[in-house]
Amino acid sequence: MSRFVRLGETDRPSLTLHVDGAPIAALEGDTLMVALLSQGAALRQSEFGPERRAGFCLMGACQDCWVWTESGDRLRACSTLAAPGQRILTSQPEASWPTHA
Amino acid sequence: MADPRIIIVGAGPAGTRAAEACVQAGIRPIVLDEGRRDGGQIYRRQPDNFTRPYAKLYGTEAPRAQALHETFDGLKDRIDYRAETLVWNIADGHVRTATRTMESALPFDALLLCTGATDRLMPVKGWQFAGAYSLGGAQVALKSQAVSIGHKVVFMGSGPLLYLVASQYVQAGADVVAVLDTAPYSARIKALPDLLAVPSVLWNGVALTLALKRAGVMVRNSVKPLEILGNVEDGLSGIRFRVGAGAEQTIACDAVAMGHHLRPETQLADLARCAFAFDPVTRQWLPERDGDGRSSVAGVYLAGDGAKILGARSAEASGRLTALAALGDLGLPVDKGEMASLRGDVGTYAKFARGLATAFPWPAEQAGALPDEAILCRCEGVTAGDLRAVMRETGAKEANRAKAFSRVGMGRCQGRYCGLAAAELIAAQADIPVEQVGRLRGQAPVKPLNISIGDTDA
Ligand SMILES: Cc1cc2nc3c(=O)[nH]c(=O)nc-3n(C[C@H](O)[C@H](O)[C@H](O)COP(=O)(O)OP(=O)(O)OC[C@H]3O[C@@H](n4cnc5c(N)ncnc54)[C@H](O)[C@@H]3O)c2cc1C
Ligand code: FES
Repeated sequence: MSRFVRLGETDRPSLTLHVDGAPIAALEGDTLMVALLSQGAALRQSEFGPERRAGFCLMGACQDCWVWTESGDRLRACSTLAAPGQRILTSQPEASWPTHA
Repeated sequence: MADPRIIIVGAGPAGTRAAEACVQAGIRPIVLDEGRRDGGQIYRRQPDNFTRPYAKLYGTEAPRAQALHETFDGLKDRIDYRAETLVWNIADGHVRTATRTMESALPFDALLLCTGATDRLMPVKGWQFAGAYSLGGAQVALKSQAVSIGHKVVFMGSGPLLYLVASQYVQAGADVVAVLDTAPYSARIKALPDLLAVPSVLWNGVALTLALKRAGVMVRNSVKPLEILGNVEDGLSGIRFRVGAGAEQTIACDAVAMGHHLRPETQLADLARCAFAFDPVTRQWLPERDGDGRSSVAGVYLAGDGAKILGARSAEASGRLTALAALGDLGLPVDKGEMASLRGDVGTYAKFARGLATAFPWPAEQAGALPDEAILCRCEGVTAGDLRAVMRETGAKEANRAKAFSRVGMGRCQGRYCGLAAAELIAAQADIPVEQVGRLRGQAPVKPLNISIGDTDA
């Protein structure tokens, strides 16, 4: 089920990105948050509670919308644009932590 | 003498008008904004490939939005504008900035903080569920992405934005189930004398409520929110509330936009060591400034909603006024007559803002009444009961002490969304006035940085 509902501006070229390995379609100009929540009910799992989270402020202030790139960079889904070929993970990739050994 | 170095933080109405005044005085200011585009909150710009016209995006404020955007576009060659640049600290006379890949420290002769506002939130049990959004966030979804936050949306809280955003949703074709206002209708009557200071804006507000009712949206006043219903997997499913002393009611919905007007983003003023004072009308701590926007720290100036919530029109006037004050302090010629008239404008908007605070009061008592199991800090899931237990065990009654023990206000949002309610809860529990609880101090970085940048500073 989708959480967000598109109310206009749907005449944009589409693009494909990968979320947790699966391809999803989005529109050029979508934020990652809109791309993900146009086809799913949540963005991520809370680290501090049992519930799924879907962002809160949409203006870069609450940090409830973090997702990651496969190389481990953290992104705010509400303020990052979706781009073709992007590979997004909705939980933090453990392997990417720098090993200081 | 070399040209004075002026830095403006924020490219909203206040920052834009401040930059314009600098350019007119022959100065090339640095303008820093973390957003991808200029415009700030109310006049937020949509992505380049979106096509909605100004009238559709900004309604009655379309001509102002367009004028502001055109002003900024015209300034671009004459200012050093750095988009997607976060100011994360102010220390040792330098503004510290970060982009995704680069960090800098910029010296300044005058620093104008035009940082704007974020939503003021009163937690409601269940607000951690997916589908609960800040009211401002609901507006951002529509304005900058043309989406609704849900299939069936309830607007709950208070303040002028509640009605504005609800009616923008209706106009855009969203399914708005209800507008639940915690303020009693009588408060608006009491506020009329102040609200009449700016009749056109008052009229816009009245028209919005009428339009909502005409569209068949359920509008209720004197609402006591009890619970946001939902489950951990699918998120929100409804709202439980009461109207006045009436019976409990439940509405089904999959999204709620919640907020109680706004709070200024004052962290940078705090880091610049500006003095703060308690404002009893809004029950918030605000940075002190004189009538022209000078803070208590020489060379640091404050304008727009980042200093006090006075609205967009005031932000334009105070942005210009504050820049003129700074230019004058730097020894440049400024028009004293214009400054006097801008001061008058800001005074009128301040009267109107006082009216709004009366009409849509912050329901402080809701914080004290939160059930123990309600989550207070959304970031880390700290409950009202956790904070009360910490107070009992440690005797902490001061905001920063209670924060250190309970972690309320220490999460990723740094207390932006729980801080004011936490202070009210502490005051209620300790039975002391909220000003005695003090305020959460701003901390650098004001927002989490990329790990690599944080490391270089360690
Ligand atoms: C979501 C939202 C919606 C609103 N909608 C309306 C509305 O429809 N009508 C209305 O009358 N009022 C609205 N307001 C009130 C709004 O505060 C004012 O109308 C107006 O935008 C204030 O102008 P400003 O220039 O003071 O701040 P803003 O317009 O908020 O601009 C501040 C700018 O500073 C930048 N900034 C802040 N901190 C930093 C930092 N640390 N580093 C870099 N950049 C930073 C921000 O990115 C932003 O662009 C809204 C407020 C919010 C939060
Ligand atoms: S939703 Fe709040 S920071 Fe992205």
